[in-house]
Amino acid sequence: MKKALLSVEDLSCGYGKELILHDMDFKVYRGELMCIIGPNGSGKSTLLRTISRILKPRRGKILLDGKNIDRMRHKEFAQKIAVVSQTLESTGMTVQEYILLGRLPYFRKYQFFETDNDENIVQKYMELTDALKLKTTMMSEISGGERQLASIARALTQEPALLLLDEPTSHLDITHQVQILELIKRLNRELGLTVLMVLHDLNLASEYSSRLLLLNNGSIHKIGRPEEVITYRIIEEVYETVVLVEKNPLSGKPCVFLATEEEMREGKTV
Amino acid sequence: MILFILAAILIAVSLISLCVGAAGISLRRIPHIIWEGKGSGEYSILFDIRLPRIILGFAIGGALSLAGTILQGIFRNPLVEPYTLGISGGASLGVCLNIAFKWYDAVGIIAYPISGFLGAALVIVFVYSLSMKTGTLKTQGILLTGVMISFISSSLVMLIMALSRSEDLHGIVFWIMGSLDEPNMLLIRVAVIGALAGLILSYFFCLDLNALALGEEEAIHLGINVEKTKRMLFIIASFLTGLSVSVAGIIGFVGLIIPHLMRMFTGTDHRILFISAFLAGSSFLILCDTLARTVIEPFELPVGVITGIIGGAVFVYALSKKQVTL
Repeated sequence: MKKALLSVEDLSCGYGKELILHDMDFKVYRGELMCIIGPNGSGKSTLLRTISRILKPRRGKILLDGKNIDRMRHKEFAQKIAVVSQTLESTGMTVQEYILLGRLPYFRKYQFFETDNDENIVQKYMELTDALKLKTTMMSEISGGERQLASIARALTQEPALLLLDEPTSHLDITHQVQILELIKRLNRELGLTVLMVLHDLNLASEYSSRLLLLNNGSIHKIGRPEEVITYRIIEEVYETVVLVEKNPLSGKPCVFLATEEEMREGKTV
Repeated sequence: MILFILAAILIAVSLISLCVGAAGISLRRIPHIIWEGKGSGEYSILFDIRLPRIILGFAIGGALSLAGTILQGIFRNPLVEPYTLGISGGASLGVCLNIAFKWYDAVGIIAYPISGFLGAALVIVFVYSLSMKTGTLKTQGILLTGVMISFISSSLVMLIMALSRSEDLHGIVFWIMGSLDEPNMLLIRVAVIGALAGLILSYFFCLDLNALALGEEEAIHLGINVEKTKRMLFIIASFLTGLSVSVAGIIGFVGLIIPHLMRMFTGTDHRILFISAFLAGSSFLILCDTLARTVIEPFELPVGVITGIIGGAVFVYALSKKQVTL
């Protein structure tokens, strides 16, 4: 029996009067890499923001290791869940100074300066994420891909049980997309880090995750292994687009191709 | 390292300020004067007239500069400070009401800083809730709001002046001119203790401000209690501004130029920035005050005129630059 790290129970939430997520129930198991997919406006980011405590649940609860995250103190929460978001603002600090901020949750009250242990941990994760070469570069001067690396390194120095990522590959070219996702996969395999991330690219999601959570209109449409979720029937239903789903010959994971109806008719007759 | 340099500058500026003036006193004579003890005219000039001004300059300059650093950190905007946000204006309105309604008769001289603090706090809450309502903290919007609040409060100050009797009017005018010439030793002591207390209290939040530079959501992800931090820092900034305005009148732009310069020299880490901005603000105001009382000897300019001219120029320069990062 696999052990659940995160359980979302009967969760509803939203902004203002409007409810965006309704009655969500799912679990993320320890050591798995789960991707949240779904059309624009389906509530992917809202779900992630609720789990990262930016939004308060309207109903239901979120448990981490059996403990309600709403009851945790700020620092305790940040020691368990680290977030790589898209909202990072450009600042005048160096990459190393930025990554060191990941140790803040471990600072005692009235502690103002980092210890040698903090420095070592930062060094370790900068090496692991290949961000070491950026050490003294200004955060305002690095590229989008480097920024994601720095962000992930910062999240790792929090030494969390669960890593949340909000579209870590958006605005990146394919080289950097693969670089970031390979890194995440390595962290998941080698460190046993549990990962939950939002990806809008179905093929990348299918390729890299052990399970997929497909959202539609604020509720769970389907949850399961990629081959259970990415079928032409489900994708057409949710995305209202005609697609062709084939197995990737190298990985065996399902792969989505776009198709017009005309092409489909012609394809079938050939 | 940089902190030692700044402390050295502060001491040097203080000594210069001690020596320069209508009655020039050379550095070498100072030990003599102290040796001779009380009673001489020079002793009285040094320790009854110039030293209190220097001490007050230290407190007010540091307080204003620190308030500017704090506000810039919270708003993530390098152009806000007590003056541009209209907080000084709010504080001055508070102090004017205090003079007009003679609250100081009931509470004592401490009514000045308290009324200044209340006025400042009111404006801060107003500006912040307004900027949050629109969702984003846009530079222009905040600055415009600040200008309008300054305008409204100075109009209300004028209204109070027009309605008040002549002896109150004298008090308001005298105080509004803004200078470090404060005869009341108790207020000077309150200012020094208040400014240093503000520095110590705000220091507990320096790491939170470092995290806030990444944005409020990022700071929450890093385990910062953002709401509490903002609330405490707003209180401290209002307190520092209210204190400065009530003791020394409106002195603009110290909180803008100094943190700005210090970010260039010491970086954006608030652990260093708080102290360096405080020290540099102190030196800057003492220097400006020395200028104010010597440029057109034997007359004296309000020190706000000097900081206004220098600060205004820096402000325009900063606005014209493409982007200033915190």
